[in-house]
Amino acid sequence: MPENSLPTADTDPAKGASPLSLEISGVSKSFGRFPALNGVSLQARDKEFLALLGPSGSGKTTLLRVLAGLERPDAGEVRFDGEDFLSIPVRRRKVGMVFQHYALFRHMTVAQNIAFGLSVRPRRERPSKSDVADRVADLLKLVQLEGLGGRFPAQLSGGQRQRVALARALAIEPRMLLLDEPFGALDAQVRRELRRWLRDLHDRAGVTTVFVTHDQEEALDLADRVAILKDGTLRQLGTPNEVYENPADPFVYDFLGAACRLPGVVEDGRLTVADWETKAPKDAPQGRVDVFFRPNEVMFAPLDGAGLAAEVTAVAARGPDVRIECLIEGKTFELEARGPGIPSGVAPGLSLRVKPLRPKVYPARVDA
Amino acid sequence: MTAATTASAARPISSVRLPGLAILLVLASAAVMAGLVLLPLFVVFHDAFAKGVGKYLDSIRDPDAISAIKLTLLVASIAVPLNAVFGVAAAWCIAKFEFRGKSALLTLIDLPFSMSPVVSGLVWVLLFGAQGWFGTWLIDHDVKIIFATTGLVLATILVTFPFVARELIPLMQDQGADEESAALTLGAGGFTTFFRITLPNIRWALLYGVLLCNARAMGEFGAVSVVSGHIRGLTTTLPLHVEVLYNDYDFVGAFAAASLLASLGLITLVLKTGLEWRHAGELAANRRH
Repeated sequence: MPENSLPTADTDPAKGASPLSLEISGVSKSFGRFPALNGVSLQARDKEFLALLGPSGSGKTTLLRVLAGLERPDAGEVRFDGEDFLSIPVRRRKVGMVFQHYALFRHMTVAQNIAFGLSVRPRRERPSKSDVADRVADLLKLVQLEGLGGRFPAQLSGGQRQRVALARALAIEPRMLLLDEPFGALDAQVRRELRRWLRDLHDRAGVTTVFVTHDQEEALDLADRVAILKDGTLRQLGTPNEVYENPADPFVYDFLGAACRLPGVVEDGRLTVADWETKAPKDAPQGRVDVFFRPNEVMFAPLDGAGLAAEVTAVAARGPDVRIECLIEGKTFELEARGPGIPSGVAPGLSLRVKPLRPKVYPARVDA
Repeated sequence: MTAATTASAARPISSVRLPGLAILLVLASAAVMAGLVLLPLFVVFHDAFAKGVGKYLDSIRDPDAISAIKLTLLVASIAVPLNAVFGVAAAWCIAKFEFRGKSALLTLIDLPFSMSPVVSGLVWVLLFGAQGWFGTWLIDHDVKIIFATTGLVLATILVTFPFVARELIPLMQDQGADEESAALTLGAGGFTTFFRITLPNIRWALLYGVLLCNARAMGEFGAVSVVSGHIRGLTTTLPLHVEVLYNDYDFVGAFAAASLLASLGLITLVLKTGLEWRHAGELAANRRH
């Protein structure tokens, strides 16, 4: 690997020690009457790998385009290394952006694509032809596309195109890297391969990176921190572990993985769900609540044990897991059990008890 | 043979065979084509050379014919580049930006297609003619637009305006603005982006549009006829020259001039087919017309 072309990151971005590099405060943007972003504030540390996660229409791509300078926010501030980023035009921001469909220049070869950012520099700052060629060769090596410099984008596979787009963005030695659904257009196999590779590349390049995705697994797997957006507002910002273990609200809980929901009541430190009573989790709100739990974080017990009364309606084995469909409080839940957790003699018609291991409690929704 | 039978067996619906009818239909269309397209084309050249090559060359070398050819080339050489620029600008606006009144602009661009060319000529007469809105002012300042080259150019521009824009809009809409955005983030300015990214991506479609625009500009009769005034050797373009000679019963002259226009049409056709054949993918507009 050409270590000389990109400095190795010497600080671990996951540690809170690095200074803030990107500060977004109160950014709003509307398209006509549709508010795409509504007062979003978040920060990224130097050399951090930040994921913007959310369903479509959550404003994550708009936020990325604001960072790139391709959209102007109606209100708010963006600072990068203390500089007012919004007053800098796109072309001077030096952000490397990888577009969802890569936006490679179709009439240029791979090498010309990568060299573009260098070739449009003002004459004084433009590197010589041989320097450009060297840089292109280094980048091709970095993205593992040696020998493909003469090809046209149309002659490449999806994964190769993505890497060309990445090399092109890195060629300008960006201050920040922006990736819009970097794996969106790839099939599942290539996606998994590229994921680790991209993370490696980020760590070696040592550039603050913001990437947009709607795939929670991808965000949790790759990012140092995850910002979860919905309807143009930031719902939660935290490390993958923080947001997964402690989702700020029901939306985040639901979005980060399969969720089961039941109504309950919290009183005097006790949580009651149907016929099951247990100690209420810390910081649980009082009164009527919604109780959430993951379908694979349950313990099955015989009828005389503790838990929610359930009746098994269907059982299906999926590899090492067993999917157990249960009727609890008149609602059907698809629960998962594995190994010793599988209740003995499980079959449709069996009555048992289901005990959520780590229930999360949120104030009851009005519409519920 | 086996491949053909298996293929037809796999798709029973499309293998309905009426060989007799198919041949009949092909023959009928061939006959119509021959009668309506090839025969007139043949007649044009036949009558042009009816009294020999010498006579043909004489009619083309006639001073009025030469001036008609020059005028046609002049008008096209002004109208076509202007429309190419207008067309690219309009297509750029429509394809790459969102703004109020976009569909109104689209409709406006199409207007010359749906309007009779005579009307396209007449509007200029109504504006700049002696009895027109600005007529007195123009006469006072000794500016001639109607019955002069300026009027011919204006009428031609109006009639041929949609060709370039119409060819480019669907293609540019299809291509989106991502490549331009990418160029901007890589540090390119507006001009660099246009000349190095946008223009190369539309070059073949642009050439195609310019070709059609040019063919129409040189061949335009209706609009030009209204503003020309038919002053021989001064304001007659080639199509008008054909009419003038024909009305004078100078058939060889009329058909000789017509043969030039027909040749222009044939050349355009060859170039157009060549473009369609080599760059079909980049002429997205073609597939949607």
